Amino acid sequence: MAGANERTERNAMNGSAAAEGLASSLSQSELDKRMRRRGEESRWWWIVPTLYIIVLLLPIYWLINMSFKTNAEIVNSLTLYPHAPTLANYYTIFTEKVWYSGYINSITYVVMNMVISVSVALPAAYAFSRYRFLGDKHLFFWLLTNRMAPPAVFALPFFQLYSAFGLIDTHIAVALAHCLFNVPLAVWILEGFMSGVPKEIDETAYIDGYSFPRFFVKIFMPLIASGIGVACFFCFMFSWVELLIARTLTTTDAKPIAATMTRTVSASGMDWGLLAAAGVLTLIPGALVIWFVRNYIAKGFALGRV
Amino acid sequence: MDKTWNNKAWFLVLPVLVLVAFTAVIPLMTVVNYSVQDTFGNNVFTWAGTEWFEDLLSSGRFWEAMVRNLIFSFIILAIEVPLGIFIALNMPKKGWGVPVCLVLMSLPLLIPWNVVGTIWQVFGRNDIGLLGYYLNAIGIDYNYVQDPFDAWVTIIVMDVWHWTSLVVLLCYAGLVSIPDAFYQAAKIDGASRWAVFRYIQLPKMQRVLLIAVLLRFMDSFMIYTEPFVVTGGGPGNSTTFLSIDLVKTALGQFDLGPAAAMSLVYFLIILLLSWVFYTVMTNYDAER
Repeated sequence: MAGANERTERNAMNGSAAAEGLASSLSQSELDKRMRRRGEESRWWWIVPTLYIIVLLLPIYWLINMSFKTNAEIVNSLTLYPHAPTLANYYTIFTEKVWYSGYINSITYVVMNMVISVSVALPAAYAFSRYRFLGDKHLFFWLLTNRMAPPAVFALPFFQLYSAFGLIDTHIAVALAHCLFNVPLAVWILEGFMSGVPKEIDETAYIDGYSFPRFFVKIFMPLIASGIGVACFFCFMFSWVELLIARTLTTTDAKPIAATMTRTVSASGMDWGLLAAAGVLTLIPGALVIWFVRNYIAKGFALGRV
Repeated sequence: MDKTWNNKAWFLVLPVLVLVAFTAVIPLMTVVNYSVQDTFGNNVFTWAGTEWFEDLLSSGRFWEAMVRNLIFSFIILAIEVPLGIFIALNMPKKGWGVPVCLVLMSLPLLIPWNVVGTIWQVFGRNDIGLLGYYLNAIGIDYNYVQDPFDAWVTIIVMDVWHWTSLVVLLCYAGLVSIPDAFYQAAKIDGASRWAVFRYIQLPKMQRVLLIAVLLRFMDSFMIYTEPFVVTGGGPGNSTTFLSIDLVKTALGQFDLGPAAAMSLVYFLIILLLSWVFYTVMTNYDAER
């Protein structure tokens, strides 16, 4: 990726040199005025993003709105905001074991998966970004196919594999199963970040007498700290949002919140308020971290290739 | 970057290899194994050869799910890509608007998929949902539970709501990498808004657009959770996509042979698409 950046910068320098030449013949204010006339910098630029964001937020608002209502209010009348706001739904979730253990289970396996994925991906990504070795390209491609593989294909064999090992309904089973798509994701993202670090840094460190593990932990990891953060975030997120495999591999003790939501709804009729409150609580991890990763979201989804 | 040839790097890759072999290769081998065998329970298996594959490729149910899935993928691509480009072009380039837009727009991407389903299940209902209630109030007969067309519209709108932001963010990343000098030069040459888009912005976005199209195609091709939560594949079979059909066969009916054959065909299609993705990526990287 470093190459790409360098090229853009070089283009930028050539371009700006040319533009400066031309700009000198125009006055600065004249140029500013012309620039401002460009479509997206007109006075009305905010209309499109604002409309889009309103459309995005409306369904989310509706869920939050419902989570503060009683079931009677939800079913009997359509109110745009809770007329008798109640925290009863949230209270149920935080006090009933069936509900809060769902969150604890989800967080347990998600964190386990995140730690496993990122720690095995770090050395592998380093190897891919620095060395050529027998079969490297095939291996890199094969990793990608696992990231792209439909979870539905793996649901049944996973169930049988983990049954054979007696791991059904444990957190580690789900954590390992999610490695299927999270390890390749972490490798691809980290490789993208690592390729941005110039190779001279490695060489200098080796000349200074650093051993590989010491160099990796003391010098290299701080350099790609943001990359590690982004990889962790995306492992967390993709494991957090996955339902099919998590639901297949668990029955009671490790049942994730996502599965708790679907089952309870079908069992106890329709407790809409409770369902909405449970949904709102699953949004929180994403909403909490989103500010810190805002500049990396496109990069993470594009496997570090943007 | 010129890389040195070093086969010892294999030791660094080994942990990943072992882990992914356990999570991917063994299950996949099981699938291959089942796909050529027949069973009547009790772990007694008999050789079935290519029987399941022949059944699968001649069954209407599989092809219907496949066609449905392809139509779905093309519709959402046709909506999300132009819409994404349009919104990205109108996003602010500097100032306080940038982080606000980025954060609010990425919100749907980080919602668990089943909650996305729940949100739209609730939002579209005509008794308690804002959308369904007001559509019916203004005289549009909308009921996604019973009407296949409405179910399709709901699922497409949901997917557009869920994933357009990804296209927006990718395009935006491509757009901000264009140096201002390009626009200045275009302005001085008196280029029209369209010419700027066609000859500067679009070529610069080519790579990110390819990534966006491929990612969206692959993800929509294996969509499961959201339509499962909203419609459960119904009404009838009208929204039964490949993944939903596969899970019904594999975990609902425990038909190991047919499910395995279907998994393999499905996986091969994804493999082909991944190869296209990979080739595109490496070609671009080689060009730099």
